[in-house]
Amino acid sequence: MATLTLEHVAVLLRAFRLELSLAVSETTALVGPSGAGKSTVLNAVAGLLEPDAGQIRCNDEIWFDAESGVFVPPERRRVGLVFQDYALFPHLTVRQNIEYARRHPADEYLDRFQIAHLEHARPGTLSGGERQRVALARALARDPEILLLDEPLAALDSHTKIEVRAELQQLLAGLEIPTLLVTHDFEDAAALADEVGVIVEGRLRQTGTPADLVARPADAFVASFTGANLLHGERRVTGVGTTGVRLDDGTLVSTTDDGAGAIVLAVYPWDITISTTRPNDSAMNVIAGTVSAITELGNRARVTIGPLSAEITVESLRRLDLRLGQQAYASFKATGTRIVATKGGTE
Amino acid sequence: MKHAIGVGLFVGVAAVTLAFLALPIVGIYVHTSPEKLLDQLSNPVVKDAFVVTLKTSLLAQAAILLFGTPTAYLLATRRFPGHSVAVTLVELPLVLPPAVAGVGLLAALGRFGLLGSSLSALGITLPFTQTAVTVAVAYVASPLYIRQAIASFEATDPHLTAASRTLCAGPVRTFFRVVLPLARGGLIAGLALSFARGLGEFGATIMFAGSLQKVTQTLPLAIYAEFDQNFDATLAMSGVLILISALLLLTLRIGLSWQRSPSSTSPSFFGLSG
Repeated sequence: MATLTLEHVAVLLRAFRLELSLAVSETTALVGPSGAGKSTVLNAVAGLLEPDAGQIRCNDEIWFDAESGVFVPPERRRVGLVFQDYALFPHLTVRQNIEYARRHPADEYLDRFQIAHLEHARPGTLSGGERQRVALARALARDPEILLLDEPLAALDSHTKIEVRAELQQLLAGLEIPTLLVTHDFEDAAALADEVGVIVEGRLRQTGTPADLVARPADAFVASFTGANLLHGERRVTGVGTTGVRLDDGTLVSTTDDGAGAIVLAVYPWDITISTTRPNDSAMNVIAGTVSAITELGNRARVTIGPLSAEITVESLRRLDLRLGQQAYASFKATGTRIVATKGGTE
Repeated sequence: MKHAIGVGLFVGVAAVTLAFLALPIVGIYVHTSPEKLLDQLSNPVVKDAFVVTLKTSLLAQAAILLFGTPTAYLLATRRFPGHSVAVTLVELPLVLPPAVAGVGLLAALGRFGLLGSSLSALGITLPFTQTAVTVAVAYVASPLYIRQAIASFEATDPHLTAASRTLCAGPVRTFFRVVLPLARGGLIAGLALSFARGLGEFGATIMFAGSLQKVTQTLPLAIYAEFDQNFDATLAMSGVLILISALLLLTLRIGLSWQRSPSSTSPSFFGLSG
């Protein structure tokens, strides 16, 4: 498999300077808030933008090198770029779009992406999912050594998104080339990529497997971005092997992590249990409050109680018959909490 | 009740406006009998003026298309120092009184003008030739095409050109296979406008090229020349110009409707959209 390498690539953007090094050999996702410079990275790799410094290589082939002044134009880089809005040519049919690069006849791709019946249709008449398949087919028919996906799921409504994400997951797993994708949604990144890099204001904060990032977020931003609840408080007492933290609202919670002074505690939504009566079990931490939000995401639901968002199955949601404004208890184990540094936090 | 009076007022004003705009057109066609008008079409003055107009207009529009299109694309897609000066320069002939344009062309390209001696050294004399008519028409009509072309190129989604580049197409192939087909409707509309403006060109032409039958006398110039001698000929030529203008206006509307819906099936004009 090919490897894409970015070394100290720097681009001066309006609000900050993007600077990062990255090696991509499987499916890698860059996640971050909008305006973090994610798409800029893709444009730099594709050759649509010339960085101010650094080097970009695909295997041993240098695509960009600031020092020696090498800049390979986009049409000579073997890159397949799928745009956020898919950027299909509106005046060409699906077949003509796929054959635009004149590398391969469209037939193989029409079959593989199950769009043969749309061969003569124009992009304007296609649904979001169909457009994405055409865009992917077009990018792959170009014979790329690396695939770039810009917010592959952002243009879809939440209903089709889950379906298309599963489709994309399957496709990426079967691809023989490294893929770099950017998204603002950690869940999408975790679903699609082997490795995830969190990028904020042009800098990589942390890279690792999705599980890594959730289990050991490097800072408060990564923690909140990966979906963790952040509880602010101060260290108060120490129990048997646990640290007591008094939260800003007065609740006392325990954590197995150790810390001092002002503390930010990360708790992941899927580590929180919800009950309608005060629980009496091994969970050391119970926060009582009213249900202020219920969001269903497919077969799961995020339920907000006081300062905490918990993720439970829709089945449990129905069984507990949770309603907005109702009193409920969120409990989580001391071992399910993580102290994350307050410094550098941008929540 | 008040409401009805208000609506009636608007309808009345609109009716007066439309009548005012239509009257001169109607006047030309009903002033003499159609037979007389058709007779005048074989009048040598009319025939010559028609040929001169058609020849110079087509040449001028070809030049505008050839030079204006790349210029417009550059101005639409690149920002550089002096960009707004360049755009102003492109638009200037639009607001310049045509007579001033004619004087300017004489002062620049005339025998004693800025480039006059260099031109005569090459054996070229421009003023009062048919080429001078073409030059005057191109100068005066070009902004109408170039402005519309800039707007059409600016409306082309930059993601599409970027996509084309990542799909092995260099800038030139991208221009011909993506930019031009998508801007096509707007370009046709602009050309129609520019053509219409060029057909009516009077001031700059008479200053720079004169009004010599068979050589530089275009339809508008012939209309003026025949005005007090053969009014029927004047009417005939006016009738012809009205027909052509109406045809151009129709082209413009069709062009603009294509521009608005680039995804619709439309015939390939330059043979580039296939």
